[in-house]
Amino acid sequence: MEAEAAKFIGAGLACIGMAGAGIGVGNLFGSFLSGALRNPSAAPGQFSNLIFGFAVTEALGIFSFLVALILLFVA
Amino acid sequence: MLPLHFTAPILAKDPLDPISQFEIKKLAELKIGEFDISFTNSALMMVVGLVATALWLFFSMRRRALVPGRGQSIVEVSYEFIANMIRQSAGADGLRFFPFVYALFIFVLFANMIGMFPIFFTATSHLVVTVMLAMMVWLLVIVYGIAKNGFGFFKLFWPDGVPIAIKPVVGLLEVISFVSRPISHSIRLWANVFAGHILLKLFAGFAVVLFTSDAIGLKLLSIAPYIMTFALVPLEFLVAFVQAYVFALLTCIYLSDALHPGHH
Repeated sequence: MEAEAAKFIGAGLACIGMAGAGIGVGNLFGSFLSGALRNPSAAPGQFSNLIFGFAVTEALGIFSFLVALILLFVA
Repeated sequence: MLPLHFTAPILAKDPLDPISQFEIKKLAELKIGEFDISFTNSALMMVVGLVATALWLFFSMRRRALVPGRGQSIVEVSYEFIANMIRQSAGADGLRFFPFVYALFIFVLFANMIGMFPIFFTATSHLVVTVMLAMMVWLLVIVYGIAKNGFGFFKLFWPDGVPIAIKPVVGLLEVISFVSRPISHSIRLWANVFAGHILLKLFAGFAVVLFTSDAIGLKLLSIAPYIMTFALVPLEFLVAFVQAYVFALLTCIYLSDALHPGHH
């Protein structure tokens, strides 16, 4: 196989990792919302935890996107 | 891991290349012996951020009124925002680090926000900048932790309330997680900014390529990536803010280890 073709296949494979981040972020906001609707008065206090969890989870998706980009444009 | 000097090596002839926006340009040649300390566009943007911060804080707080005006309110809100974050994640005695955390937050926020405007360069889109910031935090945690707690700082790696049989394993994991902190801390910020800017450029590039094609159908289709670019810009502003916030929040959480090792 040509190296150029392998690069594109690798970039495509790297994007599968984003599915995991999607599940994580969806789970995060879903859980926050179900908790917040049960006890709305406690919700604002958990905002920083929500954003923290979002950033930590979303970073993993960004990492896989980054691998794809580096394979496409830099490597 | 990428080498630290990774700063988009392939630069371009093609104006649609999404990487070329991260090119470092020397504005003034400066050298100390062997070291190249030229004033670059990255340094210029950091200076712009610094000057903007200084002017904003100076002119908002010039008339210190008991009942704050509009400008003063914004500064007070930003103060309380960071102070609350420190109190929640590092405790009240973490407030001695307030100037450090506030400066870090505002610096990263301004660097991200300035980068969102066209033409301007994003200082945080280079790994070397974010690694410097993260290493600063990491070394501060070690130096302050040992200065304050002495040998007790190493209780961080020997947690209480863990059965003695698995304590060495947990300790080893704690060491690994501690050592990898500056890596994840810096790559999180850099990757978000870097990927976001590439994404914007890619969609803008799609629109240009489609619009300049010959087929009329493709010309009409170019409206889709064009709208997508507009949709992504607010998202990237949100990311710019959230990443600055997360960078400061993680700094607080790490500083909390230096203040209270052994229970976390």
